[in-house]
Amino acid sequence: MYTAGKIIKAGLSITIFILLIAAAQRLVQPKYADELIEGNFTAEYYNETTDHDVIIIGDCEVYENIDPIYLWEHYGITGYIRGNAQQLAWQSYYMLEDTLRYEIPKVVIYNVQALMYDEPQKEEYNRMTLDGMKWSKTKYEAIKASMCNNESMLEYIFPVFRYHSRIMHISKEDLKYYFKRKKVTNNGYYMRIDVLPVSESDVADMSWLVGDTDAEKDEIIDPWADIETEEEENEISLPEGNAEEKLGNLSMEYLDKIRNLCEENGIKLILIKAPSLAPVWYDSYDKQIVMYSRKYNLRYINFYELLEETGIDYETDTYDGGLHMNRNGADKISEYLGDVLSREYEVKDHRNDMTYDKVYEQKRQFYYEMIDEQKKEIEQYGRVKNY
Amino acid sequence: MFISYQFIVFLVSVLILYYLVPKKLQWIFLLIANFVFYMYADIRYPIFLVITTAVVYTAARIIETYENVKINKSIKKKKKFIMMTALFIVLGILICVKYTNFIIRNFNICLIRTGHESIPFVDFVIPMGISFYTFQAIAYLLDVYWGRCKAQKNFLKFLLFMSFFPQLIQGPINRYNDMSESLYERHDFRWDRIRFGLERILWGYFKKLVIADRAGIAVSALAESRESYTGIYVIAGMIFYAVQLYADFTGGIDITIGIAESMGISMKENFIRPFFSKNIAEYWRRWHISMGTWFKDYVFYPCGISRPVKKITIFCKRHFGMVVARRAAVYISSIIVWIATGIWHGAEWRFVVWGLLNGIIILISEELTPLYHMFHKKFSGLSDTVFYRGFQIIRTCFLMSCLRLFDVYGSVKNTFKQFFSIFTGFTYKKFGLQGLEGLGLLPADYIILFCGVIIMFLVSTINRNGNIREKLLNKPYVVKYIIFTGMLFAIVLFGTYGRGYDAAQFIYNRF
Repeated sequence: MYTAGKIIKAGLSITIFILLIAAAQRLVQPKYADELIEGNFTAEYYNETTDHDVIIIGDCEVYENIDPIYLWEHYGITGYIRGNAQQLAWQSYYMLEDTLRYEIPKVVIYNVQALMYDEPQKEEYNRMTLDGMKWSKTKYEAIKASMCNNESMLEYIFPVFRYHSRIMHISKEDLKYYFKRKKVTNNGYYMRIDVLPVSESDVADMSWLVGDTDAEKDEIIDPWADIETEEEENEISLPEGNAEEKLGNLSMEYLDKIRNLCEENGIKLILIKAPSLAPVWYDSYDKQIVMYSRKYNLRYINFYELLEETGIDYETDTYDGGLHMNRNGADKISEYLGDVLSREYEVKDHRNDMTYDKVYEQKRQFYYEMIDEQKKEIEQYGRVKNY
Repeated sequence: MFISYQFIVFLVSVLILYYLVPKKLQWIFLLIANFVFYMYADIRYPIFLVITTAVVYTAARIIETYENVKINKSIKKKKKFIMMTALFIVLGILICVKYTNFIIRNFNICLIRTGHESIPFVDFVIPMGISFYTFQAIAYLLDVYWGRCKAQKNFLKFLLFMSFFPQLIQGPINRYNDMSESLYERHDFRWDRIRFGLERILWGYFKKLVIADRAGIAVSALAESRESYTGIYVIAGMIFYAVQLYADFTGGIDITIGIAESMGISMKENFIRPFFSKNIAEYWRRWHISMGTWFKDYVFYPCGISRPVKKITIFCKRHFGMVVARRAAVYISSIIVWIATGIWHGAEWRFVVWGLLNGIIILISEELTPLYHMFHKKFSGLSDTVFYRGFQIIRTCFLMSCLRLFDVYGSVKNTFKQFFSIFTGFTYKKFGLQGLEGLGLLPADYIILFCGVIIMFLVSTINRNGNIREKLLNKPYVVKYIIFTGMLFAIVLFGTYGRGYDAAQFIYNRF
């Protein structure tokens, strides 16, 4: 017979063991605090104390190219980016589903770049996107949809099995951020203030987007000029080349799911394509999205077509040679989006709303401190080091 | 297989359900579990297992029908014919799936040299554990034939003996008489049994994951870049491989025995501190015991009393005298056993050479016995000293490590080349320059490996004077808890499993 003493002893033993395993797990899990921060984005959302009018989902083309603090300062719009490194379409869907467990925004903005992928890409990116998500049926489904061939659900449930070998590489960062995560974003926005012009980098070739520069006139010939925008003709002409490239079928199914989820919750969906120079956004991809947005009466903003209007300059507005915007570029995109959101979608200006006032004052303070720190790093090291 | 998450989930489920199903159905449940496990590995595997089982079961049943019949020449012949037919079929299956390509490869060498076209290789599926269960089947068949054991009447029960899932991975080769009783009897849930089994399983995982697989990284590096790792590195390879092989094999057997133990099924030990052996013959009595005794019982003895060997013995007696005749049977049987042992380990010439060398060393050692006796007579008392015993143990370890190089370097030629580099290219300077950094292990890995080996050594030493687990039983709960938890922690944190962590892979390359 089991006596009460034996039961207590067993219970205590199991509890201590679980606590120890949990402690070890926390120790070996990457903290994504200083040099490598991208795995910290998903979890940071849960620290939010106020609702958001706009939720932005997608991959790096949202979390590096749109500045929610700018939206707040100039339009009083409360926005949050739920984006991660190479966040695939199904991950964006589940990220939205997860968000809806906490709030119902008025508008959801989805960046369409990741629709080009039709299958899980890389385990490490999956982990950075999903590890930080709070456990729920949504997370379980997100993992199931995202797992690469050699991944195991057990490693998501018990991350210690995935990261145990980090025990050999425990750093100061692991101890410093053992109990508290470091805040690394501004409402999901990964800010960079440094500049690496396209002309000084070889990571992206911009000829596919802006054509060859005319050396004599020193002007850029825009091949996108021949694509008609929504405001122009209803008919669109198929641009030359790459007509065979298609967006992933599975990804398009998830786009349908995102659209349906928005409809069910009375949320307006906007599709955008950020002006990153890589990966190449084929004309055929764009046509597919244009057709899709027309079919479902969605707003689609292709920022490649708006280079002039937004004033984006790949010599001053990118920090990595055209792949992503720096703060200058992000603010230009945010300015355009802020105008669209407030004018066309009537998203409220909350700047005089007491509920948000204090919260956003703190956010602004953090934002400007980050700018100052990055400036200091540039002065000291000639580059941004810890972001 | 042991180290997959699926296996652990499967194991836990089987253990829980084993004690939840009605006791009279436990063996049926276990049989189903065996097939689930085996079919999960490959849906085709059970076909071979069932054929072998059916052939041996039928043969044994027929042989047993002659038990109450008056033995005469004709009956003897019939019995032998049935036994030989069954033996031919089960060995035929084993040879067919495991050795056909080896035979073709060697045949092709002859064909190509004589200007003929080579024969294409065949793509046979090699069922997991086929060598183990085939040997179990042969042992059972011969035991029934010799009247050492009763034939099992229930086919499904015999199938359970043949398919018991833990033994299909790394053995051991179980004997029907040793295992059948506990395999079929009903088992109550007993916490002490479960705890004992789990302890053994954990110890097995510790050896496999923390020690063997870590040492394996260095062994792979040494073998892959053998051109640059010569001389002293070959000795390093011997040490790393000795650690890897011992920890991996004994770890696997610990897991197997632990699983069986938690279900109340008893299995014989397969290793008894082999690295404490004073000569190679003793080593083989302590290492992979189930295989050694199998070859002794079912190849060596039958071979020694077989008609052809008897004829040779008589011939030797007539022409060379009693001394040679007495040795002839032993020599022939030994060489056959060792070639078979080699080929059993793998369908490659290096294993044949490895087996032969083992046999030759043992025979030479036997021949030198009078010399040893003379030496010990002259230096009486020396053999009792710790120093001399230590020397014998180290000598045996070194000899066995040399032989294991066939396993490390993958071919006879490479093995000899690397081995001779110990004498031609030995320099400490090289070790000083290259160090151990290039072997894929961090300094912390070496510390873990060292500590692991020390723990294995201590456990082995304690086990000499009685089972360590029995001793642990009398310790306070806190001590047991710390050891149990510590071991689990060591496995989880320091185990070499999973995909590893490469920080560079987490850096978003921004494309």
